[in-house]
Amino acid sequence: MKRRTFLGGAMAVAVVGQGSRALAQQPPIKIGMSMPQTGGLAGGGKASLLGIEIWRDDINAKGGLLGRKVELVVYDDKSSASETPAIYAKLVDVDKVDLLFAPYATVPTAPIMPFVKQRGLLLMGNFSFQVNSKVGHDMWFNNAPWGPADSWAASFLDIAQKAGGKNMALLTADQEFAQNLALTAREVAKKRNLPVVFDQSYPPNTVEFASIIRALKAAKPDIVYVASYPPDSAGILRAVNEIGIGDDVKIFGGGMVGLQFAAVMSNLGSLLNGVVNYNTWLPEPSMYFDGTKEFFEKYTKRAIEAKVDPLGYYLAPFGYAMGQMIDAAVGATKSLDQKGIAKYLRENEHKTIVGPIAFSADGERKETATLQAQFRGVKDKDIEQFRSSGKQVILFPDKLKTGNLISPFEAARK
Amino acid sequence: MDLLLGAVVLGVLLGCFYAAVSVGLSVSFGLLDVPHVAHPAFLVLASYGVYQLNESYDIDPLLAGLAITPLFFLFGLLAYRVYYETFEKRGSDAAVRGIAFFFGIAFIIEVLIILHFGVDQRSVSATYIGKSWRFGEFRIPIRQLVAFAVALGLTVLLAVYLSKTFMGRAIRAVAQDEEALRLMGANPVRIKQFAFGIATAVLGIAGALLIIVAPVEPTLDRAYIGRTFCVVVMAGLGSISGTLIAAIILGVAESIVLTMFGASWAPAISFAMLLGVLAVRPQGLLGR
Repeated sequence: MKRRTFLGGAMAVAVVGQGSRALAQQPPIKIGMSMPQTGGLAGGGKASLLGIEIWRDDINAKGGLLGRKVELVVYDDKSSASETPAIYAKLVDVDKVDLLFAPYATVPTAPIMPFVKQRGLLLMGNFSFQVNSKVGHDMWFNNAPWGPADSWAASFLDIAQKAGGKNMALLTADQEFAQNLALTAREVAKKRNLPVVFDQSYPPNTVEFASIIRALKAAKPDIVYVASYPPDSAGILRAVNEIGIGDDVKIFGGGMVGLQFAAVMSNLGSLLNGVVNYNTWLPEPSMYFDGTKEFFEKYTKRAIEAKVDPLGYYLAPFGYAMGQMIDAAVGATKSLDQKGIAKYLRENEHKTIVGPIAFSADGERKETATLQAQFRGVKDKDIEQFRSSGKQVILFPDKLKTGNLISPFEAARK
Repeated sequence: MDLLLGAVVLGVLLGCFYAAVSVGLSVSFGLLDVPHVAHPAFLVLASYGVYQLNESYDIDPLLAGLAITPLFFLFGLLAYRVYYETFEKRGSDAAVRGIAFFFGIAFIIEVLIILHFGVDQRSVSATYIGKSWRFGEFRIPIRQLVAFAVALGLTVLLAVYLSKTFMGRAIRAVAQDEEALRLMGANPVRIKQFAFGIATAVLGIAGALLIIVAPVEPTLDRAYIGRTFCVVVMAGLGSISGTLIAAIILGVAESIVLTMFGASWAPAISFAMLLGVLAVRPQGLLGR
């Protein structure tokens, strides 16, 4: 080897070495968030976080974002709305994170919206409902499949009216998410001249639902729309089974949180049969996209160790999808400029493991992908049954549909 | 009329259940004057014990509740001894600071449950859960009837124990005049420790009823702290029969409001009743 060639090669190696050392020495990209890890929302929060952690590990295995490792800075908000403003102020001012993910759920997210808007920060929303409707922050992007505000209630009522429903009962938890849902349900019902024959909000910590279900049954509704949180959903379904709901009811369910979580589904077992409820991801043939299967293989292994929802359908893949969208936007803009990332997210459709996602101006999905699915043939005490298709038949949206409604509700329960 | 009658019946059943989860507090807080804010956390812990036995060995929840009762008795003895040595022994204001001690215990219990069981809801299975008895158009959940019968039995048993047995009378005596009891040669601390053990042991059964009535999750104690203290204060501190009456009043009021007047008003009505009782009878319904 000629001396010049050798020297040139040695210098090249040295330069590359310096470069890679410099790359390795670059600080990680910090993504900050609070997440409910204790309190009523912890079940969902932990599963969501595991989905985001799987994305972090995948992206770091590929070399990170912009050649920098991704690090998550996570605090427990205890499922409390009063905790999140201070946590997000700390994430921004003390931890100096590069990007923000929102906590799981409406209640802890709502109070941080004015803060992120005031600071001009990008916020990737995590399954909250209508928290940006009054704030109007143009750098908010919700990973949830809800779509336009009224589509959730509209899709349920479409199915209900096709089944012959002529009036509606509303039973809702007295908290922000359920009340937002009830509000849109009332508006849709009003537009359709659908009389609301029962409209009750029950307070948090209601122990026994038998009395409420008796009152609801006495109103003889055709459609029963329920917006409840996990502890209540189980209580309501138990009471329905024990007290009965009446032969007039064509369809029951709609907005019951909890019926997507493995522990609750396993507890309730056959009591779930016939209920038509919203969902986000289900193991039906129409729901598999690039990477979905691989994600759930990883999730299933890690969930046991992390003691989180063993199925993880509801939130975990959407946590992963948040990361995928950030990956795409940072990769395309080649920077961490939040305005640039927001512009890219707003103007493009994004491929994720939960399907293509496009945002409208308010940061919610352009088109709803919220599923309405009916529980069928569910047996008691068997989590594994929910891994196979057919247990939750998708009735809406049409492009993901895997079956038709069985009605009335009492017949569907058999 | 049918609705009102149904609401009253379901309210009585619910009230008896409230009595079962409050009666231990009636002893520890009402009789012994211990600021036991960890009472609902102990209750939830008992439910998880019942869940574990039901899940692992398929034992009926009520039997499982009975099985953990001795363990809870020992747990109660230990908890009181630590509280006494670190707080009560140092005087009355130290006892007030003991509230922090019980808050700490409640927090530790919550964290331990999360670490061991995770944060998901847990429930038990038994033949009487999810079914109902039918009387014409009216149906009563069997789990509520079971809770009613057991709660009633538990409350009556405790009331009889405290009024008819030697140790029960000693517990009442220590509540009334600790110093006089000491002068008679008895050891009030031991008696109080034993009474606290009984109050905690009762939670084995109450915890079983809690998980029979509804699924549990680690932070459920927060939902019961208001209700249990409300029942005990409304009853009159230390009155076991008062606890039963106050709990039934609370249960019926809640049930009627939930059925007839709008669910949102239920908590407000309960606490308005508590304030009303305290305004008319500051010592509570059956307090002295």
